[in-house]
Amino acid sequence: MNKLAGHTKTPTLRSGVKGRILDIIFASGTKTCAILVFVIIVAIMVSLFIGAWPALKKFGPSFIVSTEWNPVTEEFGALIAIYGTVVTSIIAMIIGVPVSFGIAIFITELCPAWLKQPIATAIELLAAIPSIIYGMWGLFVFAPFFADHIEPWISDTLGNLPVIGPLFSGPPLGIGVLTAGIILGIMVIPFMASVFRDLFEVVPPVLKESAYGIGATTWEVIKKIVFPYTKIGVVGAIMLGLGRALGETMAVTFVIGNADRLEKSLLMPGNTISSSLANQFTEAVGEIYTSSLIALGLILFFLTFLVLALAKYLLVRLTLKEGIRT
Amino acid sequence: MEQKNSNNKKTLLEQGFASIKGTDSKEKKKGPLSFPAKIQVKDLDFYYGKFHALHSINIDIPEKKVTAIIGPSGCGKSTLIRCFNRIYELYPKQYATGQILLDGRNILDPKEDLNLLRAQVGMVFQKPTPFPMSVYDNIAFGVRLYERLSKEEMDERVEWALRKSALWNEVKGKLKQIGTALSGGQQQRLCIARAIAVKPEVVLLDEPCSALDPISTAKVEELIDELTEDYTIIIVTHNMQQAARVSDFTAFMYLGKLIEFDSTDKMFTNPRRKETEDYITGRFG
Amino acid sequence: MSRLLKNMDAGLYRKRRIVNLTVLSASILTTLFGLFWLVWLLTTLFLHGFKYLDLSVFTQPTPPPGETGGLANAIVGSILITLMGVAVGAPVGVLAGTFLSEYAIRSRIAPVIRFVNDVLLSAPSIILGVFIYEIVVVPTGHFSGWAGSLALALIALPIIVRTTEDMLKLVPNTVREAACALGAPRWKVTVAIVYRAARAGIFTGILLAVARISGETAPLLFTALNNQFWSTSLNEPVANLPVVIFQFAMSPYEDWQNLAWAGALLITISVLALNIIVRTFLRSGK
Repeated sequence: MNKLAGHTKTPTLRSGVKGRILDIIFASGTKTCAILVFVIIVAIMVSLFIGAWPALKKFGPSFIVSTEWNPVTEEFGALIAIYGTVVTSIIAMIIGVPVSFGIAIFITELCPAWLKQPIATAIELLAAIPSIIYGMWGLFVFAPFFADHIEPWISDTLGNLPVIGPLFSGPPLGIGVLTAGIILGIMVIPFMASVFRDLFEVVPPVLKESAYGIGATTWEVIKKIVFPYTKIGVVGAIMLGLGRALGETMAVTFVIGNADRLEKSLLMPGNTISSSLANQFTEAVGEIYTSSLIALGLILFFLTFLVLALAKYLLVRLTLKEGIRT
Repeated sequence: MEQKNSNNKKTLLEQGFASIKGTDSKEKKKGPLSFPAKIQVKDLDFYYGKFHALHSINIDIPEKKVTAIIGPSGCGKSTLIRCFNRIYELYPKQYATGQILLDGRNILDPKEDLNLLRAQVGMVFQKPTPFPMSVYDNIAFGVRLYERLSKEEMDERVEWALRKSALWNEVKGKLKQIGTALSGGQQQRLCIARAIAVKPEVVLLDEPCSALDPISTAKVEELIDELTEDYTIIIVTHNMQQAARVSDFTAFMYLGKLIEFDSTDKMFTNPRRKETEDYITGRFG
Repeated sequence: MSRLLKNMDAGLYRKRRIVNLTVLSASILTTLFGLFWLVWLLTTLFLHGFKYLDLSVFTQPTPPPGETGGLANAIVGSILITLMGVAVGAPVGVLAGTFLSEYAIRSRIAPVIRFVNDVLLSAPSIILGVFIYEIVVVPTGHFSGWAGSLALALIALPIIVRTTEDMLKLVPNTVREAACALGAPRWKVTVAIVYRAARAGIFTGILLAVARISGETAPLLFTALNNQFWSTSLNEPVANLPVVIFQFAMSPYEDWQNLAWAGALLITISVLALNIIVRTFLRSGK
């Protein structure tokens, strides 16, 4: 045991002090970076607001409800772009939510085990494809197909219905608000389907097994067990999908037609906030024109912020519920 | 009547703990106060937020002996040893009041340098916690923090720690292998080697065998016995046989209070307090 | 239908089975419907893309309309801008994520940072482009590769913050305790032990961020813009694949449109490849 001769050493004080100084440096370094995230968001809001100020000052609150968008007379209003943004997103949700839901049910409950992982992986990979690809495909492949085969049929049938008829009448152009909404819908499907699937997988197998154990059918298990268990999360996920659709630029810009007119028909070209920015921002001349575009951006930022805050709120409630359960 | 009863009790208890530690029968009857104290705890209270977990604990831990802390789950035994290196400070809202004197120095003093304290008071946890690095680096990690050693000296230190923890023969060929690849029992001995490589003065063992199989447990127990030559050891265990086998002194805790502290021999054969006796004979807990 | 149970109402049972079958068929149909579009999209992308993907795409710069050329300058520019974006975003993101995971329990600002990070994560990427335009392009007076990299860094940042925090939280607390119990200062515990235990996860997060920003177009429109010629200086506009694809696809020239298809295929393949690497990496990490 002679090796233990130096046993009564006390660690050197110097290394202790050095450690404490590095501790402070490291901790404050991480904190600075975390605060930087906060500063960035504040800076985004402030810079958007400053940029939008000339337009907001000139047009006042009527900016939001005005349908005027005229670079020549320098009269601008946001309603066309807001309308386009909201309508394309609603169409996207109408298509995307049920389909994603069906896919998630298929993967979690119906799919044979060997196919489960491949399909789930494929869906997740599709969610990673850049949106510009969807936009390009929409422009070159989907829009011509839509104009030749679907749109004439839509205006002949839906277009003649009372009340909603005007929404679906007009020439088959291929590009327009409806096309943009459909492309957006196809784009959000993989994203929402994988979020739904993740949610459904969270349901404890014991719960589902107990329900199957008393003779419930698959649908009854989904309706009575899976759905109530994940309800809030599903709504939260839809909100996240909606947030994506609202802010999406490239999938929409290719196929919406970039027209600054408010049309009754969904078959006609229109504009969204993000496509207006993408198409016009670099070409905008004059302070008011640029400022109006930035004001559109500010509106979009707050729209997505609201949707996210709502989604967060719902998801937090879900995790609180889970926390109590476990 | 009274006398007879207690005699009965004594033989019964002794039968159950046939392997009580200590060879010198005179030595093993001695109470903890007849040895110099390494750690003196004075009026220690501990809180998890509003929950009052330890109630004015007073205990003197003798130097270079094994002290076992036993008691039912949730009695505060782990909490108590987590005070000795202030590891609880990693979490907010946990705090201790009172005094813990290590060689007469109050380690609860806010000015105490925690890193130095922890280099002086080593700890081994319930589950093996090998770091995601090689066996060699696992042991060298702690040493490098406070000592500048040459390659040869470090090799020597690593071998010494591994030999001391009875692991050398099993791992000498795979020092470069990642520590997490060892078996559970080996991982735990690696953690002990890592703790003693820093050459601390006190080693805290928080239920070190609860995740181990009987053979690994036996090895760790042998190891503890050997370590008393150089270290003051405090072991938390809920296995009473283990406490009886490895410790010189035993403290019994219940509901956040220290009920009784005496030589292990006395605790297991002739406890003074009724609660201790009930616990040891398995009437509760 | 056989009556297996004494009091069974056969009609009710039949109804339940029919409802079940209907719903399940609907789910299969929607799956087919969803997959149909996605398969169609990928098929046309690969058919068109491969047709125009040849060696000149990698060797020649973008051509004026009517001439032959490739995408070489855009490919190089994209790689440059993306790498710079990650180089800026990753250190900040990892440190911020470290704060949230390692230091946040004592901090009241952590929930705020987490929320704000999610806001940044869901902010439309085009808004981030406008922001960088306002604070970089306008003051410097010109579009530049740096502006593009910064815009991409803003997209990468919240992804890296989130994954870093999640991955560090997977490291069991007992490992931190064990390192602290040896007397290691907190920074050493984090850098030498916790980072090491979570390195596969952190790297995954960074790769995911690369995959995400390598296809981003909108924020580059007002920042890096585009450049028809070779440009490796990040102080001037830099050609990059997404914006080239956008401009070429929207153009009336067929040569340009063909190049856009080739570029689209390239981007898709690299994004998918990155994602597949991440997946295999994660699986082997476990």
